[in-house]
Amino acid sequence: MTLMTLSNNDYINSLVERWGSYSNSTNVAWLNQLRSEALHCVNKLRMPTTHMEAWRFTDLSSLAKLSFPEALLFPRDQLSELARFFLSESESEYRLVFIDGHYVAELSQIDSSEKIIQGNLSSLILSHNQIISSHLGKLAEFQDDLFTALNTAFIQDCACVILPRNVSIARPIHLLFISTQSETTSYPRCLVVAESGSHATIIEDYVATNENVYVTHSVAEFFLADSAKINHYRIQRDSNQAFHIANHVVSLSASSYYAGVNITFGAQISRFSQRIELGGEGAECSIEGFTLITGQQLADTHTFIDHMKPQGKSRQIHKCIADGSAHGVFNGAVMVRPHAQQTDSAQMSRSLLLTDKARIDAKPQLEIFADNVKCSHGATVGQLNKEEIFYLRSRGISESVARNLLTYAFGGEVIEHIAVPSLKAQLEETVLLRTQIA
Amino acid sequence: MIDQNSKTLLEVRDLHAKVSDVEILKGVNLTVKCGEIHAIMGLNGSGKSTFAKVLAGHPGYQVTAGSVSFDNQDLLSLEPEVRSRNGIFLAFQYPIEIPGVANSQFLRLAYNTNQLSRGKEELDPLEFDDFVREKMQLLEMNVDFLDRSVNEGFSGGEKKRNEILQMALLEPKLAILDETDSGLDIDALRIVASGVNKLTNKDNAIILVTHYQRLLDYIVPDYVHIMESGRIIKTSGKDLAKELEVHGYDWIKADQLAKSTESSI
Ligand SMILES: Nc1ncnc2c1ncn2[C@@H]1O[C@H](COP(=O)(O)OP(=O)(O)O)[C@@H](O)[C@H]1O
Ligand SMILES: [Mg+2]
Repeated sequence: MTLMTLSNNDYINSLVERWGSYSNSTNVAWLNQLRSEALHCVNKLRMPTTHMEAWRFTDLSSLAKLSFPEALLFPRDQLSELARFFLSESESEYRLVFIDGHYVAELSQIDSSEKIIQGNLSSLILSHNQIISSHLGKLAEFQDDLFTALNTAFIQDCACVILPRNVSIARPIHLLFISTQSETTSYPRCLVVAESGSHATIIEDYVATNENVYVTHSVAEFFLADSAKINHYRIQRDSNQAFHIANHVVSLSASSYYAGVNITFGAQISRFSQRIELGGEGAECSIEGFTLITGQQLADTHTFIDHMKPQGKSRQIHKCIADGSAHGVFNGAVMVRPHAQQTDSAQMSRSLLLTDKARIDAKPQLEIFADNVKCSHGATVGQLNKEEIFYLRSRGISESVARNLLTYAFGGEVIEHIAVPSLKAQLEETVLLRTQIA
Repeated sequence: MIDQNSKTLLEVRDLHAKVSDVEILKGVNLTVKCGEIHAIMGLNGSGKSTFAKVLAGHPGYQVTAGSVSFDNQDLLSLEPEVRSRNGIFLAFQYPIEIPGVANSQFLRLAYNTNQLSRGKEELDPLEFDDFVREKMQLLEMNVDFLDRSVNEGFSGGEKKRNEILQMALLEPKLAILDETDSGLDIDALRIVASGVNKLTNKDNAIILVTHYQRLLDYIVPDYVHIMESGRIIKTSGKDLAKELEVHGYDWIKADQLAKSTESSI
């Protein structure tokens, strides 16, 4: 079995070599089973190459050289330095903190009441074995996806949020993944189970203490039962040297609603793949993406909205600002299956190129197999609007200020929709800083 | 008001300009003194908006000949933002929408930029809010327009009021109002006109571009110019607009034709 000629696949091999020492610790049979199945797939799968349609623009050969080990535990006496990543509503946020992949109870802030069940996998797996075992790994299929398989094989811990029936949580739940160590690989995992009629806001936040090189392979699974409602803010603000490969799957039952905002600022190469299954009648999703990249960054967003049942509704807007020599990729697939009559779907992708060297590849992909549907999509790629610039200049505003203002406005629109004030303010500041070219 | 002793604000001589290689302005001459109100009338496509945009410095238009001096300075060598700070203001025929930029933010930025360039004091958001609300009252504008994106989703008339609001904030020496009357109902027209009238004084001047007499009932011009094919072909007092209303543009043409045949004899 060692006929791997491609150096790419050495990456998988050297990660797998460490698997034994890393993850033999659990004594939960089903989890061991899940992991070894995933490992089996890892061994069969190959690193994606740019010859594959889904990875055309995203060349992972530089990642293939970086088979970093898992991180050591973060020094306990330095924990207090990390409080700066908390939201300023920290008094009122629920928080699960993972440092370099390891859960840190000291920084977390969880509710022990029965209203909401949250915590890391190891602390919940015995008390909530039934619900966790029936969900974990059930959405994020790993048979054909190397990175989902890797993450699943390496599950050591997981951020779990379980919302019981009809429970509505006003305080945001902050799943905070902090990277502190250079040359490490982490496998963050999130599981959200929203039982029927429940409602919560989840912030999945990837931050870094330094401009380190490290690799994140993350997977998140969200289950929304009938009439559940989840607001999800996913913020990827990794170091600009990092690699971030993420898979997110959402399953929507009847009349449930998923509203997601996905922000991409960091990583030299990032890939965010999202699949949303509208598996119940009248399910609805609204997703907004905003990518702001510069230098040599590449950010690839692949979304797949799957209308499986009648009367589903989906709204999607994806925006990308590429500065420097950055490269943005957006592939937005929408599928309407034969029984999904009266589907109402709208997708829009808008991109802004700030330099001649920046590049955007945006592609909508509609596959419609039902006849009574309303589907629209559109894509624009452009520079700043010359008439808008002139209008501002005609009021005395200098050209550079006008450009900055318009660039900010382009991205600010998505940030505007974030309902957690301190998070919104932080992101506004980042966008402002990054769009102010003197 | 005409006062032969007041100083010349704008002097346009034989101005030629083209856009996408088509010559639109073919030798415009115009002199505007402080305190004066000039109306420029003419059929659609005669070059009125082009003239206005060339004065404001739109980069899409290329001046090929002629000169413009404004306040004793060569206007054509200045960037649009400098022209604005020096006192040129264009109220656009079609004000552009700018999604994502709050109107209040835009108005304050424009105001403060101009204040700064005139060595005057800037206003912080709270102070500006009071100040702009006062100006909005003058135009009977709803303050809700502050929170919206610049012109986004504004009706035609609301956009025009927003233009005049900017004029009120920037206090230009020369305001060029390009068809500010179109899209306004009669009440709005009266409000906008009275706003403009309050802003005029002996030290500034206005160029009104319009093709209706209607506006000129409210803002009475000292001169009426007729533009055709990129030139001003006739200049007269305010009664010209009335005659035009009665006889139509063909009457001017016939009149011009008569003159040119006379002179060629
Ligand atoms: N960007 C442009 N490209 C080509 N022709 C133009 C452009 N802008 C204006 N024109 C032409 O210039 C002429 C004058 O237009 P304009 O100045 O808008 O006239 P008015 O304001 O008097 O109606 C018209 O024939 C118009 O078609
Ligand atoms: Mg016009």
